[in-house]
Amino acid sequence: MTLIFDAMLCALTLGVALATVLGCGVFRTIVFFVVYGLLLSVAWVRLDAVDVALAEAAIGAGLTGVLFLAAFGKLTRIGVEAEPSPKRFHLPAALGCIGLSGAMAWAWFALPEPHRPTPDLSDALPRAGVENPVTAVLLNFRAWDTLLEGTVLLAALIGLWILTRDEDWHHRLGRLQHVRSGGVMESFGRLLPPVGTLVGVYLIYIGADQPGGAFQGGTVLAAVGLIAALAGLLRPPRITECSWRMALVAGPLVFLGAGVAGEVFGVGFLTLPGSIAEGAIFIIEVALGLSIAVTLALLVIGPPEGGDSE
Amino acid sequence: MTAWLTLMAVGLLVSLGAALVRVWHGPDRADRMIGVQLAGTSGVAVLVLLAPVEGWVALNVALILALFAALAAVGFVKSASTDGGGDPEEGEDPVEPRPVGRNADG
Amino acid sequence: MADFATYLFTGVGLFFFVAGSVGFLRFPDVFSRLHALTKADNLGLGFITLGTAFQAEAWRDAALLALIWGLVLLAAGTVSQLISRDALRERDEK
Repeated sequence: MTLIFDAMLCALTLGVALATVLGCGVFRTIVFFVVYGLLLSVAWVRLDAVDVALAEAAIGAGLTGVLFLAAFGKLTRIGVEAEPSPKRFHLPAALGCIGLSGAMAWAWFALPEPHRPTPDLSDALPRAGVENPVTAVLLNFRAWDTLLEGTVLLAALIGLWILTRDEDWHHRLGRLQHVRSGGVMESFGRLLPPVGTLVGVYLIYIGADQPGGAFQGGTVLAAVGLIAALAGLLRPPRITECSWRMALVAGPLVFLGAGVAGEVFGVGFLTLPGSIAEGAIFIIEVALGLSIAVTLALLVIGPPEGGDSE
Repeated sequence: MTAWLTLMAVGLLVSLGAALVRVWHGPDRADRMIGVQLAGTSGVAVLVLLAPVEGWVALNVALILALFAALAAVGFVKSASTDGGGDPEEGEDPVEPRPVGRNADG
Repeated sequence: MADFATYLFTGVGLFFFVAGSVGFLRFPDVFSRLHALTKADNLGLGFITLGTAFQAEAWRDAALLALIWGLVLLAAGTVSQLISRDALRERDEK
């Protein structure tokens, strides 16, 4: 019976992916892409990767949808014809895609068995200080990758801010949001954030022992902040505000500081000795979660667009 | 029990697939956004059904889907407003009964 | 006994979900399709969470199921209002 479920899920995911690519009409493509993200998060749960499913649910179902729809709305408002050109079969592109897919399939099946015994994660886990193997790998054994990920997010945000026009630099980020007071959207923006904040903080906290962690909790908090901003209850900051800048860099800085401290105390860069690993990971997760939340929320809100010069 | 719950989940996926046909055809944008909401609710239901099978930690994923199911629709109505930041309820009187055909004078 | 309750409630929940999808496909108008989504699907989800709650081993899981259903109700209520007003305004503009 689970085989039937998996087959149905695969078929539905493939069908939605095909509909995304083949649909003519940007809005329909966006909608199918959001549905694709939803189905993927179910697939991740089925594959026993709950950490990834948490992140996929928050980003794919929430943040990506808002991002694409806001971009589509802006294109419509400035009068750009957002519909793609009529369908013509493009042979070079088709051949390129088929070739790439074929090469990846061949590489997947041609992967060799590892010859020497690779170290088992369950042997190393007690030294990691946490019980969730995903967190152990992300923040202890392969911390280098996570540090660079946090920095890449920050770089993406800075790259987005570079798109601001000079005269808008001191305005608040994003467009001015106005809602009817006492209306449905404002009530939603008042009711949801308390629950969402609690869930986000909880996810950061339990990341040490159960699926969760800085990234998952951070994305939940970012989505909560986005809801509050869309409901007009949270004014986005200006680029120049110092406290928000500190929140943005806090995560990568703390992580980098922990790495350098490891080097200074002689255990090696980004190495966490077993005795302090648990506390250090917790501190890093809190700082990283805060930074990820603020970075992702500001990424979706966008660059300053003027019209709000208070 | 596992087989039954998985069978229910398969039924939900089939129902979702059928609903996506409407998303494909439209014709309104509202139809497609309703489809997104429906997919979100179906996803929550599938995860709830899978929780006794896969482990109750799957409920955390269902919780996040439930929290942000509305976010795409809120983004849609925002982007569809005239200046990108509006509310479809603005400009409406709170109580404005629409005239029933029989009572409206010619 | 708990298993029988699960069988019953999840089956009823699936029925309402299918009814909602059929309505979504067959109703003639955006507004009537919105009814199908908001009422049938959320009722189906309520029955499904109720049925699954009988399988829960801890009170925490059952409470989490109730919270999930409450949040989906909140989201559905908000979304239906917003989408319907937007569709009404778009129809009036045409």
